[in-house]
Amino acid sequence: MEEYSVIGKRIPRVDGRVKSTGEAKYAADLAMPGMLWCKILRSPYAHARILHIDTSRAERLPGVKAVCTGKDFKGWRWGWMPQTRDEAPLAVDKVRYLAEAVAAVAAVDEDTAEEATDLIKVEYEELPGVFDAEASMQAGAPQIHDYAKGNLSFEFHMDFGDVDKAFRESDLVHEDRFETGRVITGYLEPPAAVALWDSSGITIWAAKQSPYFVYRHLADCFKMPLNKVRVVQPFIGGGFGGTKNDSLAGDFCSVLFSKMTGKPVKFIYSMKEVLMTCRRRHNMIVYNKMGMKKDGTLTAMQSRVIADGGAYTAIGPLTMYLTGSLSTLPYKLPNFRHDAYRIFTNNPISAAMRGHGVTHTRFAAELQMEMMAEQLGIDPLEIRLKNAITAPHETINQVKVHSAGLVEGLKVLAETDNWKNRAGRRKVEGPWSRGVGISGTSYLSGARQRGHQSCAAVVRLCEDGTVDYLTGATDCGQGSDTVLVQIIAEELGLSVECIDIKRVDTATTPCDAGSYGSRVTVLAGEAAKKAAQDLKGQLAKVAAQGWQVAAEKIVFKDRRVFVQGSPEKAMSFDKLAKTACYSGSGAVMIGRGYSDYGLDAYDFEKGSGMPGTSFSFTSQLTDVDVDMETGFVKCKEMIIAHDCGTPLNPINVEAQNQGGAIQGMGQVMYEQFVMKRGQTMNPSLADYKMPLALDIPRIEVIDIITHDPAGPYGAKEASEGSHVSTPPSVAIAIHDATGIWFKEQPITPEKIALALQRKKEKV
Amino acid sequence: MEMRAIKFTLNGKPCEAVVKPWRTLLEMLREDLYLTGPKEGCGEGECGSCTVIMGGKTVNSCLVLAVEADNQEILTIEGLSDGEHLHPIQAAFVNKSGMQCGFCTPGMIMSAKVLLEKTPRPSEAEIKEGIAGNFCRCTGYTKIIESIQAASETGKGGK
Repeated sequence: MEEYSVIGKRIPRVDGRVKSTGEAKYAADLAMPGMLWCKILRSPYAHARILHIDTSRAERLPGVKAVCTGKDFKGWRWGWMPQTRDEAPLAVDKVRYLAEAVAAVAAVDEDTAEEATDLIKVEYEELPGVFDAEASMQAGAPQIHDYAKGNLSFEFHMDFGDVDKAFRESDLVHEDRFETGRVITGYLEPPAAVALWDSSGITIWAAKQSPYFVYRHLADCFKMPLNKVRVVQPFIGGGFGGTKNDSLAGDFCSVLFSKMTGKPVKFIYSMKEVLMTCRRRHNMIVYNKMGMKKDGTLTAMQSRVIADGGAYTAIGPLTMYLTGSLSTLPYKLPNFRHDAYRIFTNNPISAAMRGHGVTHTRFAAELQMEMMAEQLGIDPLEIRLKNAITAPHETINQVKVHSAGLVEGLKVLAETDNWKNRAGRRKVEGPWSRGVGISGTSYLSGARQRGHQSCAAVVRLCEDGTVDYLTGATDCGQGSDTVLVQIIAEELGLSVECIDIKRVDTATTPCDAGSYGSRVTVLAGEAAKKAAQDLKGQLAKVAAQGWQVAAEKIVFKDRRVFVQGSPEKAMSFDKLAKTACYSGSGAVMIGRGYSDYGLDAYDFEKGSGMPGTSFSFTSQLTDVDVDMETGFVKCKEMIIAHDCGTPLNPINVEAQNQGGAIQGMGQVMYEQFVMKRGQTMNPSLADYKMPLALDIPRIEVIDIITHDPAGPYGAKEASEGSHVSTPPSVAIAIHDATGIWFKEQPITPEKIALALQRKKEKV
Repeated sequence: MEMRAIKFTLNGKPCEAVVKPWRTLLEMLREDLYLTGPKEGCGEGECGSCTVIMGGKTVNSCLVLAVEADNQEILTIEGLSDGEHLHPIQAAFVNKSGMQCGFCTPGMIMSAKVLLEKTPRPSEAEIKEGIAGNFCRCTGYTKIIESIQAASETGKGGK
């Protein structure tokens, strides 16, 4: 492998210092003179017609500067595809989920704005609601959208090979029902923004992980040209998909209020609003059928997926696509059929979350494969090794894999004490029973949406040899700023301290698709590399001219520039920068680049082809102790052997794997929204349980090194794989400890204790 | 309602404020005194993002009224570093990547400070207990625990 100076090194985060001192400013930390506060009135019904809204009392309250309702947005709606634009900034004729935004107030302070929302009188006609996806599919169910007959939000049908024949010829066929939970992404920073409408157009300082979505939404909603819309990124307090990849009622209302009043307008959602109204993970029912030969060879898989989409489409079609298009990884699967239905209900909106789409169907497939292995008497590792793909590989639905470290990862797990001595480790003190579970999963890098795919970079050289780096990519915590700066530094032979990454400002940074689907390191990374190489090429010409050598001979290393083979022809990078910038009448040294990985053929409708640029592979072992009396589960240890290609920053790779795994652990073990007729019964962090430090196991992350051609320096994703591998490995470990298969997430102590009791009664 | 005048020490300096009796300490710090290091995550004492030190103990400043700060010593994240010189806990968080999005970090570091004051060489279990009132959704806590361990090894974490 090539020897790098900065790439692959354990370099601390470039934003570590400002985040540790409290200097880093998030959207809620910003304030402007004369600023107004925006508060939103929300519906008390899950499904109701809006008959009349009377805002007069609110308008008369001293301190109130403006009030708006759905009609003020003139029928504008947004959505992921042209035919799914079904969501309005504020509900117009009908509310479709409880706490949907109905009206908003701008006032001199937060308390006045809140008080005024209570003075808005809305007359509703309550309609029968439907809160279960399967019930919503039945004839006669209340219709939520006129355009979606049978409450069908979106459907996908994928069919590859001959599934029926393969099942007939299988030695064992298993059919099971699985269910994944209703969980929140869980960022701690509630959405917030300050919006300003003035003669330069719209400026919004907003907490977004994909600012260019909001940029387009605001331009379209307010009929403004894009060069009059500025989305500026403060620091972002976590994303994980969904809400911060999209626009919110608060964004549109604040901008409208600023237009109406000429004042800056701020909003901050409360955590209750986050938990009741922000986008959450789809709850999915997966009916899975798998076929196998006696020796454990997979023959076919058929999945029928029913997802509770909630009240609007959001990014749901992509979610459903991902539940199927990646089911043919990471095991050789010659025949595959997938029928996915996203169903409208009167629940809050479901959308993307880390491990997007894949986590649901992979949970089902991993458990089912393990159940069948158990029935056939095949070792869990053996069955995975037998079916695991190796690169190069093309799936039945034309997904091309150029690097795959699954077999290597599983072999690493096989050599651990946890696995080799699992029989001896089983006996635990008192009521505790220990179980071990392994999983082998895959996730994509460089996820593809249907539109704009590329990332771009601009690298500006300052005359003192420092560099400004402009990117449209957002670091919402994942560490991409650090990795991207490492790439620029590597290419120019500088240290990370010489590079300053500017925060996204759509007025100055190049357009970018956003931070989702593990795409930033791969695509913004490729763009950064190209931009730095472009600048390096320009500088090399200047140096080559001076030394009368070919430009290709110029080497950039350790903040120095020299001619290969002639070390006496050398100068500092700073000197070359000065020379270049002062050449002629004063040259402008700017490097530019944009990504073009991930443009291979794909067919969104059929579910074939490349849904991303490359694929990571995760092999995970989890040890759990289960209290056989109370059903309480203690996760003791996780070993995660992850193939992210070449790790560009091993600390970040570890950190991402650890964070993803713990989020996945919460999801599989206890996190869940308790819903009652569309109402979220636990909209506080006291009642919606996320993992605390006390809950975490020891986690060991092992890098399985591969080199993918579609990634800068061979890199692939590192932030979602462990989120997909954790739920099945925990569920399999709980089965190992209890002898019971739990097919519905979350696997709570209550469920375990009841199942253990039933099992005892049967004996 | 009547405004209340209070006096307290804030990050080592005397401070006076006139506040509404229902104003929280967090609101006063963030909105009146422009110390935006402490964050509001949940506003109900669960997430710990607003943690500051009052009278040597960590408090959720979203649950403490500003008037309760009267005659107290308050330390926020802004008062931890000595100019350009980071406090050993801050330096450890930087070196060990003890943060990702950084939203929980100011509160987490304040909890770590009180922990190390009381228990200069904490065990892993004691560290977990010491930050049990602080949520972090990004890191999964391992790197935070490693950061606090590293700070404790300097012997100056509680200083």
